[in-house]
Amino acid sequence: MGKTLVDKIWDQHVVVSKPGFPDALYINTHFIHEVTSPQAFDGLRKRGIPVFRPQKTRATADHNVPTINQHLPIKEALSRHQVEMLTKNTNEFGVELYGLGHPFQGIVHVIGPELGITLPGMTIVCGDSHTSTHGAFGAMAFGIGTSEVEQVLATQCILQYRPKRMKIEINGQLKRGVVSKDIILYIISKISASGATGYFVEFCGEAIRNLSMEARMTICNMSIEMGARGGLIAPDQTTFDYIKGRQFAPQGADWDKAVAYWQTLHSDADAEFDRVLTFDAADIEPMITYGTNPGMGMGVTHHIPSLEQIEDKERPSFKKSLDYMALEPGSALLGKKVDYVFIGSCTNSRIEDLRMVAGFVAGKHKADNVEVWVVPGSKQVEAQAKKEGIDKIFEAAGFQLREPGCSACLGMNEDKIPAGMYCISTSNRNFEGRQGPNARTFLASPLTAAAAAITGVVTDVRELI
Amino acid sequence: MKKVFQHLNSTAVPLPIENIDTDQIIPARFLKATTREGFGENLFRDWRFDANGDPKPEFVLNNPLYKGEILVAGKNFGCGSSREHAAWSIGDYGFKVVVSSFFADIFKNNALNNFILPVQVSEGFLHKIFSAIEADAEAKLEVDLEAQLIRIVASGEQESFDINPYKKACLINGYDDIDYLLSLRNNIEQYENSREFNF
Ligand code: SF4
Repeated sequence: MGKTLVDKIWDQHVVVSKPGFPDALYINTHFIHEVTSPQAFDGLRKRGIPVFRPQKTRATADHNVPTINQHLPIKEALSRHQVEMLTKNTNEFGVELYGLGHPFQGIVHVIGPELGITLPGMTIVCGDSHTSTHGAFGAMAFGIGTSEVEQVLATQCILQYRPKRMKIEINGQLKRGVVSKDIILYIISKISASGATGYFVEFCGEAIRNLSMEARMTICNMSIEMGARGGLIAPDQTTFDYIKGRQFAPQGADWDKAVAYWQTLHSDADAEFDRVLTFDAADIEPMITYGTNPGMGMGVTHHIPSLEQIEDKERPSFKKSLDYMALEPGSALLGKKVDYVFIGSCTNSRIEDLRMVAGFVAGKHKADNVEVWVVPGSKQVEAQAKKEGIDKIFEAAGFQLREPGCSACLGMNEDKIPAGMYCISTSNRNFEGRQGPNARTFLASPLTAAAAAITGVVTDVRELI
Repeated sequence: MKKVFQHLNSTAVPLPIENIDTDQIIPARFLKATTREGFGENLFRDWRFDANGDPKPEFVLNNPLYKGEILVAGKNFGCGSSREHAAWSIGDYGFKVVVSSFFADIFKNNALNNFILPVQVSEGFLHKIFSAIEADAEAKLEVDLEAQLIRIVASGEQESFDINPYKKACLINGYDDIDYLLSLRNNIEQYENSREFNF
């Protein structure tokens, strides 16, 4: 019987497999950032051991960093301390750091791919759940906790049980105004925020094949939002074209050898999955979430479910969620006033996202009632946007283009949405308080977010293009 | 100092809410510490305290009736981010066991790595536990890791739970994953040398 892609990669990385024990899995690339690494370095110090393979770990500062005046010292003392600790730890243990001011700095899941560090067939981990993003290259990439960060630093290995495999196939072609963010919000709304728990998900089908690498990253990024361990897409010519020539990508003879290997990385035709789901791209509309988990999403023209449509035992959680959002069951979101628009995060802050938004807003101006923040995913994205004149388009539209970081995705820095305000956001989580205490989040695609920026209300972007 | 976990008999704190995500357990703005200690203060921060930092009397952790080393929560507990701070805050607050009918993967791992036992029970048994605590805030639960059993002491009703044998041994003996991985050092170096593609 054939093997799934997950099994192929897994089998290539098992160092030791003993009955009754989890497999010891070798990790090719380990990313770290300032929030989930300090306690791991402390652990090494307590044990008196070094980082085992320092050149396989890369560090950046992203979660806590300000997005205005990054050249000045960080004002907030605790954030500054965390970023300083990262500098100190990486120096002491010999790990490469792309810190503030470095031309490679940015959100960890944006910089790995754009630097050519993320490659097909790799195992990749990071103390951050959206590590699944890197799966777009046909890598096995997943988020880990700080104890596991310490394991990888200490041994370049991690203990894992083989996950179950799920295949999600999206057939057909996307309709106008529908982009990859809508695909993933649609899938999550169908299978719920825990629908893929325990699985590694392989995305495939015509609609996925037709996506660019950056659009694929958006899909894999949010596979964690349906509970999956990770998501991945088999590499193909689109993947190889994207990687070729990037900073740390293989070159010359190494490149040819690598591509030959990468071409073997796909699920065999007779491979068996534990679960298979199939969707039709033509059924997908521009999506928006109305609740406080990413599974609470719908087509932007739809109505929020009424209480009767919700199962009895789910009702208390459903009501709690809508109370938080100050929305009525059964109501529509179209026309609902928004206060903030956030275009950013590791889901949608790459150059294509910025181009998509710029293409839509060129010649338009934001509505008076909204504040619009565009936060590029990395220094390189920022530089590219400026090179292409995207910054000018944003300026003319009244959008603020800021400096790279996680920003209002999780509100660890000053970029918080004020209490009670509505934010339409291209990030990945609409949890209570995620974007600031009592902030209310609508998740949507960059296009849908940009449309709301122009009209000041939740809008069906298809009517404006 | 290594912790061990074997057996617990305690009252429990009920939190019958589903999909409790790690942003509720410990909001991101409290992740700025660089040590593992002290997170218990901010456990469930925004449910527990109002904007002025005053306790919200209606939240269960502020209700003196309910205390104990066991937290009982609704389905899909710990979804969301991979922050281990969620497990640290639960442990630091004093919980040793979390009971739910479903746990998010990463949270489960993080809890076990911090010697907190996630006990996954059926929907029906979870309901019985909530009812037992509702009837009597002093109702005790007994968790026996060796036998993999959780029992409602007053009624004697019990259910068995799953835990993988490796993690069970770690909890009972107080050793952790790094101890095991470090013992594999030779295998790891052999693996590295045998790879054509070690990127
Ligand atoms: S942008 Fe948001 S989701 Fe992505 S790594 Fe940063 S905080 Fe996490």
